[in-house]
Amino acid sequence: MDDAQRPEAEIVLRLSGITKRFGPLVANDAISLTLRRGEVVALLGENGAGKTTLMNILFGHYTADEGGIEAFGAPLRPGDPNAALAAGIGMVHQHFTLADQMTVLENIVLGTRPLWSFNLGKAAARKRIRKLAADYGLEVEPDRMITELSVGERQRVEILKALYREARILILDEPTAVLTPMETQALFATLKKLVAAGLSVIFISHKLGEVQSVSDRVVVLRGGKLAGERTTSEATRRELAELMVGGQLPVNEIGPPSPGAILFELRGVSTRSTGGAALRQVSIGLRGGEITGLAGISGNGQAALAALIAGTVEASQGDIIVHGETIAHWSPRAALDKGLGRIPEDRHATGMIGDMSVAENVISEAYRSPRFSRFGFLDWKAAASFAADIIKAYDVKCPSPEARVRLLSGGNMQKLILGRALDGGPDIILASQPTRGLDVGAVAYVHARLIEARDRGAAVLLISEDLDEIQTLSDRIVVIHRGHLSRPSARGELSVMELGELLAGHGHDEGAHHVA
Amino acid sequence: MTEAFEILFTASFWVAAIRIASPLIFATMGELICERAGVLNLGIEGIMVAGAFSGWFTVYMGGDLWTGVLVAAMTGALFGLLHGFLTVPLGLSQHVTGIGITLLASSLTYFTYRILLPEVTSPPKIEPFQPFAVPVLSDIPVLGPALFNQTPLTYLAYLTVAAVAFMLYRTPVGVAVRAVGENPSAVEAQGISVTAVRIGAVMAGSALMAIGGAFLTMSAFNSFFFEMINGRGWIAIALVVFGSWRPGKALIGAILFAAFDAYQVRLQQITGGVIPYQIFLMMPFVLSIVALVVVARRATYPKALMIPYQKGER
Repeated sequence: MDDAQRPEAEIVLRLSGITKRFGPLVANDAISLTLRRGEVVALLGENGAGKTTLMNILFGHYTADEGGIEAFGAPLRPGDPNAALAAGIGMVHQHFTLADQMTVLENIVLGTRPLWSFNLGKAAARKRIRKLAADYGLEVEPDRMITELSVGERQRVEILKALYREARILILDEPTAVLTPMETQALFATLKKLVAAGLSVIFISHKLGEVQSVSDRVVVLRGGKLAGERTTSEATRRELAELMVGGQLPVNEIGPPSPGAILFELRGVSTRSTGGAALRQVSIGLRGGEITGLAGISGNGQAALAALIAGTVEASQGDIIVHGETIAHWSPRAALDKGLGRIPEDRHATGMIGDMSVAENVISEAYRSPRFSRFGFLDWKAAASFAADIIKAYDVKCPSPEARVRLLSGGNMQKLILGRALDGGPDIILASQPTRGLDVGAVAYVHARLIEARDRGAAVLLISEDLDEIQTLSDRIVVIHRGHLSRPSARGELSVMELGELLAGHGHDEGAHHVA
Repeated sequence: MTEAFEILFTASFWVAAIRIASPLIFATMGELICERAGVLNLGIEGIMVAGAFSGWFTVYMGGDLWTGVLVAAMTGALFGLLHGFLTVPLGLSQHVTGIGITLLASSLTYFTYRILLPEVTSPPKIEPFQPFAVPVLSDIPVLGPALFNQTPLTYLAYLTVAAVAFMLYRTPVGVAVRAVGENPSAVEAQGISVTAVRIGAVMAGSALMAIGGAFLTMSAFNSFFFEMINGRGWIAIALVVFGSWRPGKALIGAILFAAFDAYQVRLQQITGGVIPYQIFLMMPFVLSIVALVVVARRATYPKALMIPYQKGER
């Protein structure tokens, strides 16, 4: 990609002075950015830094308050999604925009032919898709249904959609968030081929390692402003991190574990399939004073495992053993009574009730205790003071205990959940995707609290799709694939690529189960 | 008992079954298009009433029969536009809006009827569509007359199924309709307006529902009565589910339901009052519930059905 860095390469996209305000919030503050032919520019920034807003403006979903966009030397009409497509800009969204019960081909040709014609032109389209797929390493069978495809294949379809429309600029929004390490490598190989063919790529990410391995140039956004721009080869990882965070990167020290007794154990547990992957003969033991990390690609049974432990899904076979006692009827209430602290996967859907107040939400797991109710009547004073305690102890930024939870930012909502789950000092903690969508500061805070709980002797199960997080925090790592668990491995025992193999399902001896 | 069985092999039974099926076919295809685009249309019952009246009245006032069909379709499309406007850009509850449309369309029709024909004691009649025997095909025993000695509107119903199936699976606009019912952001991302596709589909679907209503006043009977739609719209909604949102399967469902209906009338005559006739009237509905339980549990419904689409939201 060396010649891509030649300054004389033609500028294909120029954003100048883009400003966008939402009420008092300035989401983009005079941001300028250029993209040259045949280069990969990484757009680096935390959640809320303004990356998505900027791309939504480029794609005509929003109209900028100030500034303009030029593609291939011609101004781009603002506020019109078709303008970007027509100018040869293709976008691969983080959340795929595919119709599931339709074929790859149908998804790709959608919108590429006049609506009122009697012919889909399937044969020609199929041929072209196969050619594009072969040229850029995007193998996927045109006649398969999207539902049958893996996440990695779906992403290839998204890229093919753009290429089919002859996109010359490709924008990828957090493309690796859902991929295995191998799939990530394949994606990077594809990007290299695209760039070699003269396309230009904007790669949106908050992962420094990836940004460094794939980009020619890095543009860093922070708090809606341009924080800096560097040539990738000349920038250090630390420098980029500090630009992104705006200061020192918070680092958590994690000492050696002092494992205690097994506090929670599953023995040969299976669940019935309810939409997602079910658990098959899962055995795992969680020791006090230890963080067990469960890695896996989304949709391999993590949700079933979390629901099982939380008590919302019943085991169809196998035993659940808590503090050495086999529990016959495990339920959400039993889980709470046994002192389980739960951090649910989706804080909006199952963690909190957005339209209820902070106080109502923090007592939602404990409202039956004598602390908050007497003769069936709630003690709102106690609830409000409990909420105030959590707000203070967990540094939640919110106006008052009466404020509706919906108004809190993701990070503050998560701190509230953390407070609710950890306040009573539970000795078994289930943390599902506890840092998803949080900025670096909030992530460090959540990690620190989990480490703290482990150090006071709690058994922590950390379920995460973020391999970095798993590797940083876990004393032991278990990988889940299609409802099976791998043999546990100690910290540092496996390399990233070895973990990747497990994530992809290699090395799982099916049917075998281990008591960890 | 053999008598009850022999009914199934008489041409007149199948002729009746297909005649009963025809309005259901139109209505089911109409609802299917709406739902494939992600919009539940509970306005169907009222839209059929409006179609039945407007088509019939056009002919009563001296219009051509086909002009009547066209007027019925346009009336349906108009109510579809209203339903589409309320549910797509405004994103209102599709249930509440649909029931509102049904109440509005049927009440408005009865009101219009009373205003236009204030002093009738017996319902005025028109000269309806007449059966037309398709040469050769109608000579096939039993099935020939059943399928090919019907009125032109029934033939139009067959054509509609073929056209809807072709449109959905073989044309760009059909792909867009299906995609908008699966994942509207997929459509938006490809530069097609979700609002336009959805409203268009609801209008087209509503037009078909209205033709289904018009079949009753212009082909099956020759005049307009209150309550003549009598739940056919609701049955069409069940038939869409029964057919797993596929035109071919939905057609089979409509014919099956109609056959049950035709069969129960004949059974009533055989049993001669020993069993209360209400039991027979219930039969097709009970069977359709049973069929739904058996078939529809595995159905894969359009993912975005009943979910309003807001631009820019994920």
